[in-house]
Amino acid sequence: MSSTVLYDHPGPRARSRNAVLSVAFGVGLVVLLWWVYRKFDEAGQWEGQLWQPFTEPDTWTQFIIPGLRQTLLAAATGMLLSLAFGILFAVGRLSERWWIRVPSGIVVEFFRAVPLLLMIFFIFYGVPFLIQGPVSAFWSVVVGLTLYNGSVLAEAFRAGVRSIPTGQSEAAYAVGMRKSQVMQLILVPQAARAMLPVIVSQLVVLLKDTALGYIVAFPELLQRGVNDLSANYGNVVAAAIVVAAIYILINSLITMLAGWLDRRSSRRAYRAPKQNVRDSTPADGGTVGEPQG
Amino acid sequence: MRMKRVAAVAAAATLALGLAACGGDGESGGSGSKGLIGKAQNQKKLVIGVKADQPGLGLQTGSTYEGFDVEIAKIIAKGLGVEAGSIEWKTTVSANREPFIQQGTVDLVVATYTINDERKQKISFAGPYFIAGQDLLVNADSTLVGPEGLDGKTVCSVTGSTPAKRIQTEHPKAKLQQFDSYSKCLPLLENRKVDAVTTDDIILAGYAAQDQYAGKFKVVGKPFSSEPYGIGLKKDDKDGCEKVNEILKAAASDGSYKAAWDSTLGKSGKAAPELDTTKLTNCGSV
Amino acid sequence: MHVFADQTNLDAYVSGFLWILKLTGASTFFALVLGVLLAAFRVSPVPVLRGLGTAWVNIFRNTPLTLIIFFCYFGLFSTLGLSLSDDLNLNNYWLGVVGLSVYTAAFVCEAVRSGINTVPAGQAEAARAVGLTFFQTLRIVILPQAGRAVVAPLGSVLIALCKNATIVGTIGLIEASSVMKDLINSNGDAVIPIFLVFAGTFAALLIPTGYFFGWLANRLAVKR
Repeated sequence: MSSTVLYDHPGPRARSRNAVLSVAFGVGLVVLLWWVYRKFDEAGQWEGQLWQPFTEPDTWTQFIIPGLRQTLLAAATGMLLSLAFGILFAVGRLSERWWIRVPSGIVVEFFRAVPLLLMIFFIFYGVPFLIQGPVSAFWSVVVGLTLYNGSVLAEAFRAGVRSIPTGQSEAAYAVGMRKSQVMQLILVPQAARAMLPVIVSQLVVLLKDTALGYIVAFPELLQRGVNDLSANYGNVVAAAIVVAAIYILINSLITMLAGWLDRRSSRRAYRAPKQNVRDSTPADGGTVGEPQG
Repeated sequence: MRMKRVAAVAAAATLALGLAACGGDGESGGSGSKGLIGKAQNQKKLVIGVKADQPGLGLQTGSTYEGFDVEIAKIIAKGLGVEAGSIEWKTTVSANREPFIQQGTVDLVVATYTINDERKQKISFAGPYFIAGQDLLVNADSTLVGPEGLDGKTVCSVTGSTPAKRIQTEHPKAKLQQFDSYSKCLPLLENRKVDAVTTDDIILAGYAAQDQYAGKFKVVGKPFSSEPYGIGLKKDDKDGCEKVNEILKAAASDGSYKAAWDSTLGKSGKAAPELDTTKLTNCGSV
Repeated sequence: MHVFADQTNLDAYVSGFLWILKLTGASTFFALVLGVLLAAFRVSPVPVLRGLGTAWVNIFRNTPLTLIIFFCYFGLFSTLGLSLSDDLNLNNYWLGVVGLSVYTAAFVCEAVRSGINTVPAGQAEAARAVGLTFFQTLRIVILPQAGRAVVAPLGSVLIALCKNATIVGTIGLIEASSVMKDLINSNGDAVIPIFLVFAGTFAALLIPTGYFFGWLANRLAVKR
């Protein structure tokens, strides 16, 4: 249902009322922004010396771009591994054998419930005691991201597979396919295509979550662009504003890509429901995405 | 077709995950057995952990690190026969220094590392190469003269750090704001949201001397603890530890210690301290 | 388990999780109110409100929560001088609530909006036909039906909110993850049991919550 169904086409009175409301809210907003600007000004946050580092190429080549590269690298690696993890455990949870289904279910539910901050911390400081060797900050972040996002994707895949009309698998069985063939050749490919927008929007979550890597001194965008940069120039707020803008820009692009894929796949014949409310388990996913740090 | 590709990616990814989990095991094993001296001689390179966000001591500016700790690390590497260019610097934060040494991620840690008994159970210390003391950094016009004036005041420090814990136990009436790094405390001090920042005097001096804070802050100058900075290395490496102490002794007499100070913290005008070679550790002969 | 036999450590553990629960509680309330309001903005006939809703969602949903919490502290409190309590911990707590709420509200807004989209167009058309205004249509006809469809996604948002509360630790509130970090640092020999206790507590809190929302969504689902 599009939002325009919610109200009548505005007549003269409605139009003038909307205009008044627009102006009133617009003015309110501008006043608020002006107040913030003034307050920042009083606190000296617009002073040239705080922003001047951003006009120097060194700031970008030495801090921001290397940080961004690590952020993107961690997000890309995490995404690939999450996809693998997600498919593996979604298929596991759909298995007919309880000794595959139950452990898969426990793993997925556990990693969805544990905060990423705790996971990264444990992998970085705890796992070295188990494997008797160091774990790099990069891998602590990537493995943490994989376990969490992989579990979320596993649930999304499972919902996707279950939403495929039963006629599909029935037809496959009828032509003599085995269960594993039905899964591999019929269900997973269809579910994967239908879940593409979910996968892309999960990428936004993943990218944002790499920011938590700074707690283990992983040199990603937040660590290099805000913490290290401000240690050099003392411009915490300015640096945070610049870095936030970069995150927003990249994530908006990914969100737009997700929207485009969503529209594109909805033109096709088959489409998975965004949110399967009739699923008795707490399935999530859907294009809403899961809010994480 | 599509499924095969997906399965291949899955398999590759799982493999990568498995490899990552056990990666790094081999490299630490070989060098660890021969100790610090062995590694320096055989490989002609060292991995040294330093701080990345402490001006004057260990500050990462782009791809290089600079500061007093970094200079000390270079002196030690040189004494072990490793050129400055062959040092691989690794950023450490307070919480991961012991694990880094224990797990062999780094060969040495020179990162405002206070020698204490708790840490000695996990690693060995050479040095100390400097005696710092906990102090307060305040605004230039502040009337605060020491920790006894902190009651009811807000102090900023790093979460779970020794200075933070000392404030909690010895000055429980002070309000403690904690962050993950000291560099976040400074804008708060500037905006007068906290009354003081507390940690070792030498670290505070490094911040106060930064260009953007010039003239705004002062170090109170009444240290209320003694923090001997040591050089951390593997617990069983007695030879390596003794060698580092010898190098420090030599550095004190040939002037390279003073040069290290003068080119970094000495820029603030503070004269180089005397390196008291009689206080060097006995390298874990407990 | 000797770590948790120590009364100080046990107290720290309890107070860490109490902060998490308090953060989750207050932020859930504010995020729901704000999120529904933003969703109403996004479907309203007033262009400025629609723009505000869209901008809010795009900005807050695309910024790492760590940075948002950071802005609450260094922007709202340190620079704008907005002090929410004289007590240091409570001030940090409320700043954390502000950050969590504005962030989560963006996700609530999107969940509600997609819920609104599940209500058949005929419902709104009928409401308009009997002469209901925009707000009446939304309040009496659309939202009650959309509400049933958003129970499941809102459940996920709430669970994520509870986990995200750990990030408030970065501005100095000693919540569960900070306590765990502290305990691990001082008890290097008991890293695994410490992690299992903290992760297990989160799992024990959140897995049943997830199943509860699944059950509730199933019960409330509109059969069409």
